[in-house]
Amino acid sequence: MSIPAYNAQIALAENPASDATSLQKAGLAVFGLGLLCVLVALFSDLGSQRPILMFALIGLTIVGGPLIYIRDLLRTTQPGINNNGVMFSSNQARGLIGWIAGIVLTGGYILLYWFPSTLEGLIRVVDPLAYTLRGSAADQWFLYGTIYTVAVLVMGARAIVKYRHSRYQIIRTCSVMFFQLGFAFLLPQLLLLFNKPEFYFSYFWPLKYDYLWPGNISNIIESGAGLGVFMVFWGAMMIAVVTPILTYFFGKRWYCSWVCGCGGLAETAGDPYRHLSDKSLGSWKIERWLIHSVLVFVVVTTALLWINSASEGAVLGGVSQSFSKWYGFGIGLVFSGVIGVGFYPVMGSRVWCRFGCPMAAVLGFQQRFFSRFRITTNGGQCISCGNCSTYCEMGIDVRWYAQRGQNIVRSSCVGCGICSAVCPRGVLNLENGPRDGRFGTPHLNLIADLEMLED
Amino acid sequence: MTEIRRPKGTLKQISSTTPTRFDVHLAIIGNGITGVTCARLVRKRDANARITIISDESDQFYSRTALMYIYMGHMTEVHTRPYADSFWRDNRIDLVRDRVERVDVLAKRLHLQGGASIQYDALLVASGSTSTFFGWPGQDLDGVQGLYGLPDLEQMERWTTGVDRAVVVGGGLIGVEMAEMLHARGIHVTFVVREPWYMSYLLPEEEGRMVERHIRSHGIELIMESELKEIQPDASGRATSVVTAKGEEIPARFVGLTTGVRPNIGFLEGSGVETGKGVLIDRFFRTSAEGVYAAGDCAEFREPLPGRKPIEQLWYTGRAHGATLARTLTGEPREYNPGVFYNSAKFFDIEYQTYGRIDPKPPDGEQTLHFEHTDGKRSIRLQYSLEDERPVIGVNLMGVRHRHAVWAEWIEKNKGIEFVITNLSAANFDPEFFDQYEPAVIEAYNAANSTSIESATGKGWKRWMAKLPMRGNLEERRLVDSLSHLP
Repeated sequence: MSIPAYNAQIALAENPASDATSLQKAGLAVFGLGLLCVLVALFSDLGSQRPILMFALIGLTIVGGPLIYIRDLLRTTQPGINNNGVMFSSNQARGLIGWIAGIVLTGGYILLYWFPSTLEGLIRVVDPLAYTLRGSAADQWFLYGTIYTVAVLVMGARAIVKYRHSRYQIIRTCSVMFFQLGFAFLLPQLLLLFNKPEFYFSYFWPLKYDYLWPGNISNIIESGAGLGVFMVFWGAMMIAVVTPILTYFFGKRWYCSWVCGCGGLAETAGDPYRHLSDKSLGSWKIERWLIHSVLVFVVVTTALLWINSASEGAVLGGVSQSFSKWYGFGIGLVFSGVIGVGFYPVMGSRVWCRFGCPMAAVLGFQQRFFSRFRITTNGGQCISCGNCSTYCEMGIDVRWYAQRGQNIVRSSCVGCGICSAVCPRGVLNLENGPRDGRFGTPHLNLIADLEMLED
Repeated sequence: MTEIRRPKGTLKQISSTTPTRFDVHLAIIGNGITGVTCARLVRKRDANARITIISDESDQFYSRTALMYIYMGHMTEVHTRPYADSFWRDNRIDLVRDRVERVDVLAKRLHLQGGASIQYDALLVASGSTSTFFGWPGQDLDGVQGLYGLPDLEQMERWTTGVDRAVVVGGGLIGVEMAEMLHARGIHVTFVVREPWYMSYLLPEEEGRMVERHIRSHGIELIMESELKEIQPDASGRATSVVTAKGEEIPARFVGLTTGVRPNIGFLEGSGVETGKGVLIDRFFRTSAEGVYAAGDCAEFREPLPGRKPIEQLWYTGRAHGATLARTLTGEPREYNPGVFYNSAKFFDIEYQTYGRIDPKPPDGEQTLHFEHTDGKRSIRLQYSLEDERPVIGVNLMGVRHRHAVWAEWIEKNKGIEFVITNLSAANFDPEFFDQYEPAVIEAYNAANSTSIESATGKGWKRWMAKLPMRGNLEERRLVDSLSHLP
């Protein structure tokens, strides 16, 4: 894949379209100080010696700095779309800062998954929080969950300020912040506090692939007793019953851009990189092959595990084990983590959701064929400017539909609503309506007696 | 003569039901929305026609309306191209980057600046507009320019580097865009506008004042009812200040002149093609020369359509011209019949949509119903006739989105004002969870007419129920049905 440098003007610190105010610079400086503290914690044992001090110091700077910056944006900008300078930004347009950010993120995931001992100094810093929430010391996954949640909350605040002219965006952003904080962070830790299985009520098979694997099910039921049975029942009901119903009425957005933690991170921390998704027909083709292959992979793996379990290993022997091992490594770790998030600054914020997530594939089928959801195109009002396609994080060429007056019904659309928000002419709207005529009829200018534009 | 490159491979029939009407060479001057729409639709209807588009502005079609977003850094030029590079090859549309110097209508031949010439069977002149200035002293200085195309944008990029103060003269749609562009780059803008209120030739006073307030709220220094007198140079011939008719001197290293555009048809001089302000055409886009058509910004109707201008310079009209002409060129002559007028714009953060006709002041026998939100950034205005059923003539929407299809139908079918405001929610196109202003519009009408009309969707819980996704909106449903019956 060739990755174009967006603009010859990209400079490290100079952006002709957005001069930071002194308060914003101060916010960034505080954040930089926080990063420095993180480095100190990583390379010293200050975290284990003075955990509370280090936790407070890092917490205040890492959260406070960006909040100072975001608070000032409220003062210096008016409600409305402001993407000034995005294509001149070294961070956002694959300049030097963008590449460095990508390497740091990717490297972070590699350390987290395969060399967690290198993160020991930082893991100790979140011990105070871990003891408070779950009554035991932190491990690398607790550190990861904390960083992830802080990223969603802080960058969620930025998204709310940035899109504050749209109540849809405000409510949707609050929703992903709520589900990340409550369902994907606090609740699982509290379950641990009460000696129950760590369970995420907002993730289901096939995204959380092992929730319907026989080994994991028996673990949950064994350790959770009655609650464990409910957890397994909940997971099965959500994917089998609730998901098709909600997707029928609202499209896959009810999950992908309102509830899911992967989507939550993409919509908040990933928002500055949303335009980096590739819009070419070639990448659409890769997307369809890849995401459906992953779905087949997880279905086959799950089926093998059940056959193996039912026959007590008589039929397949170790085959199912190696399938599940490779799925966990290749898809669970490398694809959804290292590539999915690490490559944000290079390939955009939804790489995993678009190319890999089997849950998105299932929801996509339902959305494409059995849903009332569509993005409606408003008559002939499109001016083909390209803002919608540019800022689509899923790489959908929205303009291609909009300029021919056709509605957008695509399995990959997560319903984030940004195309509608950035449209300068009020052309696009997320709607749930009658399924008849849902695709719309291509037309030009609503002139009934002209040739329609079937392609 | 240099033969223009012809794509390799056999020409294949796109659909067996599309009869081949001619196997001729259509040359199009201009790769804007008009020329490209026409080329695209001719190809769709005729697999055998040879199509060549000639442009001296850019290698391929881009969205002119998105120029501002390139400068502001929302997009790059590549993002503004509506079609992928492969589109032109796949549809066998030849793109030639050159400038047409002269048209020989007798020999049916175009002479290009690069020395080549092109033989055509049919010619479409869709060469668009060019910025127009009015002979002000200093209008040709360095740092002074209009904004119409990519070359202008490149020049603006060069001329605004290191500039901290600029003046924009002329309060149309390009003027406010240029003010926003400069402002986005941190350049202080003084905006000189002649009219008594913003776009007073198009907008009623309330809407114009709203735009003025909003422009000022962004820190633009807006000077109304003032005109340009001259632009002062420095020793190097670069603009250094602007003097207004009132004698004010405003320092500016960059001066944007957005005082209008005129048809770009200089190359037709001496060709024998009749021109007025633009290329004169009939309703079939035929010019005075055989086989020569003109459409889009550069064309002037000999007899304009009722209520429409002889020269239509909008994106939407250019597209409609190109689409209609494609029909004629492929053997089904079709008169221009664009239907209910519509247009849109964006003034900084305030979106503007209009359907039908709204006059700055309603003529005798007509009246307007106006609702403005207390935030001063949203309004709805309906203009209607006072005859019998009080049919609605047009709508202006500031900061509110409405459905094109619904309005086109209501206006075309002369729906009465009371029917329209009762069913107004069927036209609402704002995103979910947005405040809705239909009740306020009904209240305004009731207050003005001592009536007690209620919304068709009801009040309170009924209204809320109607928004539930389980229930189809009946009016919308009916419209969806009627649209799907279009040919």
